[in-house]
Amino acid sequence: MISCEQAAIICNKAQYREATVMERLKLKLHVLVCKTCSKFTKKNTALTSLCDKANLHSLSDPEKEKMKSELLDSTK
Amino acid sequence: MDAHQLYPETWVDNYADYLFNFAVGRVSDEEIAKDLVQDTFFAGLKSAKNYKGEAAERTWLIAILKRKVIDHYRKINSNKGKAEVRMNYGADYDSEGDWLEEQVADPFSLSENDNIENEELGLAIQNCISKLPKKQAMVFKMKTIQGISTEDICKELSINPSNLWVMIHRSRTALMSCLNQNWFNS
Repeated sequence: MISCEQAAIICNKAQYREATVMERLKLKLHVLVCKTCSKFTKKNTALTSLCDKANLHSLSDPEKEKMKSELLDSTK
Repeated sequence: MDAHQLYPETWVDNYADYLFNFAVGRVSDEEIAKDLVQDTFFAGLKSAKNYKGEAAERTWLIAILKRKVIDHYRKINSNKGKAEVRMNYGADYDSEGDWLEEQVADPFSLSENDNIENEELGLAIQNCISKLPKKQAMVFKMKTIQGISTEDICKELSINPSNLWVMIHRSRTALMSCLNQNWFNS
């Protein structure tokens, strides 16, 4: 039996499809008997689908650095 | 924070992604959106003395960005030969039957608000991300939005995978509690 901490890690990995079959099986078994983790897993999965749905965009760090330096240049 | 003051040196870190999402939603082109965000910051700097502190910094910047989006559409529409209004009457797919009938909204469709809702959702998530500690936010964005592999992130930030998963865990739990409960019920 795995601990709740371990379950949480596997659950997070599973959100990025990085949990192995064995890990997912362990998580499933744990979730069956642990209410807290069952709730967490549900919410975590919901967060993943929300993030997918939201069509998020972000600027990469180099892009932001460039913006910053251009802004700084303009104040000189 | 003094309500009547602007902090331009924090703009990029605090608002760039939020504004960027907003802009991408309007112009559907990442390059153009990026330029618009940059223009917004420039314009904000220029008119910083007109800031009366009536609105929050971010609201004020969004207002500028909205003007920039309008200007953008004006500009592309005033180019010679592009001035006609382009409308798509559903010609993408084979239309059979009555044209008008096909244009009527489906009264049973639940998806017409999806785009608006998803944009709101995107801004809500960005807002929550911007409240995370800087490094957590960075890891979360790299992993979730940019889809970079665990290995590459670890290399770039010189952390080990268990560090990464701890940060992912913290950012995800923070986001879950930050995002309004409403988003989770539907």
